[in-house]
Amino acid sequence: MAARGRGFGFTAGLAAAIVLVQIAASSAHKVFYLTQLTMAAYAMLVVLGLALLMGYAGQASMGQAGFFAIGGYVAAFLTTFNLGPRRDTLLVSLLAHAHLLVTRPDGSGGSVTHVQPWAAALFAITLAAAIAWLIAGPVFRLRGHYLAMATLGFGIIVHRIFLGSSYFGAADGISDVPALALLPGFAITGRAASRVSNYYAAWGLVLLTLWMLTNLIGSRIGRALRAIHGSENAAAAVGIPIARFKTQVFVLAAVLAAVAGVLLTHYNGGIGPSDASVMKSVRYVAIVAVGGMANLRGALAMGTVLTFLSLRGYFGSFDDLVFGGILLAMMLFAPEGLVGGAIWRRLRSMFSGKRRGDDRTGA
Amino acid sequence: MTEPVLEVRGLGRRFGGLQAVADLSFSVPAGVIKAVIGPNGAGKTTLFNLVSGYALPDTGSVRFRGAEVRGLPAHELAGRGMARTFQQIQLVPGMSVLENVLTGRHRHTRAGFLASMLRLPATVRESRTARERCLETLAFLGLADLADAEAVSLAYGQQRLVELARALVCEPALLLLDEPAAGLNMRETEDLAGTIGRINATGLTVLLVEHDMGLVMNISHEILVLGAGRRIAEGDPRAIQRNPDVIRIYLGEEDADTPDPARKTV
Repeated sequence: MAARGRGFGFTAGLAAAIVLVQIAASSAHKVFYLTQLTMAAYAMLVVLGLALLMGYAGQASMGQAGFFAIGGYVAAFLTTFNLGPRRDTLLVSLLAHAHLLVTRPDGSGGSVTHVQPWAAALFAITLAAAIAWLIAGPVFRLRGHYLAMATLGFGIIVHRIFLGSSYFGAADGISDVPALALLPGFAITGRAASRVSNYYAAWGLVLLTLWMLTNLIGSRIGRALRAIHGSENAAAAVGIPIARFKTQVFVLAAVLAAVAGVLLTHYNGGIGPSDASVMKSVRYVAIVAVGGMANLRGALAMGTVLTFLSLRGYFGSFDDLVFGGILLAMMLFAPEGLVGGAIWRRLRSMFSGKRRGDDRTGA
Repeated sequence: MTEPVLEVRGLGRRFGGLQAVADLSFSVPAGVIKAVIGPNGAGKTTLFNLVSGYALPDTGSVRFRGAEVRGLPAHELAGRGMARTFQQIQLVPGMSVLENVLTGRHRHTRAGFLASMLRLPATVRESRTARERCLETLAFLGLADLADAEAVSLAYGQQRLVELARALVCEPALLLLDEPAAGLNMRETEDLAGTIGRINATGLTVLLVEHDMGLVMNISHEILVLGAGRRIAEGDPRAIQRNPDVIRIYLGEEDADTPDPARKTV
């Protein structure tokens, strides 16, 4: 009970911080901060999924930007590619009959007919999940560094496909992605008028994800994933189907990355090949490492700060260097991470020896 | 005559040039404590791994609770009611004693990814029941006070008990113990003998591999003696102690007139 109470305290504190930052930014007439914080929130969905996959289940993935890009690019393609000239083809007429098409002005006097954004979003996320499920089989024959290399290879392939294909805008990426209407009166869009509502939507989704993943980690599935990380022999001895659970957690992390890709693409109005690059994947890994690996809150806290600073341009042209350097330094000097690492645990036990005792009686 | 819990026929496994287990047949009747003994390299641990799905046999059959299970993966066998401990302790670092033991409830709980993420009422209920069951087992083994301690920070003997608790909460039909007394002092070994006896008294069938001859002679109903992967002898402890072949492999030819192999390891 005590642990659950503290979990609730963190969530409540985070919710309060989200509201306070919005009020402060709005009253100081610096609402543009909210834009970067919204973008950071979507990046945190990728980070939370990776923290579960890498920190708890022990399966490193250097390909999360690939799933992010599949979500973003597929949603962008389907909501910008003009199907108007192809109305007579079977697929397009089927989509039209199912009311899955929408026509809007294209900004240069003409009109563009494309897939409904919500349908495109669902398709993009489902596709990312399917690809994750397909590659999980061969990829999880590998462990440790080899697994990291295989997922890295996957990320590079995805990057090169989007970079090389004219359907996906090659080096320019895809722009003019429309808003994603989710509720009457609310859409995922970067328009200034929707800045505050989008900020709350993004962070609400982060809180929801944090809550769900925290539940998962404390459940039989979470214990099974940690057992797979700690000792596959022990996991098998109690009947945990290791291959199946690795696949499922990999798909879950891919879905979170794809959701982030879809939503951020609609928020930004476009996506480019740099979002699919290997350095983006390295960045997610660095954030999870600096947050303390098996530590969702640490990853969230460190990730928000670092991503915000990066988006504000504080790292200048050293952006990738900063994240690469962080990853290197973490691996060398503090593999446990900064948040919740040995240093902090020692400090915490110095100040709260009594509270630990309370936990025991309350559990 | 009821069917044996485990029945092994003609089991064989070769590693390169070494025939680790050769044409081995034996059975474990329900309700007994059966021990497998033999000198180092006799194939005891290989036998365990073959039976529990951690290694694939080259030949032979393994029947568990009446069904052929040869070649099934370890988690599948665990799901059918075979639980085991390890000679090299396999506990999960970063997890408390209770959490480690809770992993043993895996096959008796159902919640999937989605139900767990949403904390559905049925999931919460299921997890509370599992927790109570594990705390009972920890109390039974005298570990109740250590439930919240990190499992891998405990003393060696306590870690072995945590592994035992994890195997017990699986509610297995057959419990495999791989050298449960390895690394324990004499006092702890005596306690362990009592514990295994109490577990067996609840009706659980136990198959163990052990070096400590005192423990084996003390608690076993049946003993299988292996030498170079083959069966040397099989029988109750008294018969085994008098068996000249057993005495020969344990003490060497010239000592064949010494009647008590138990003296060697104590």
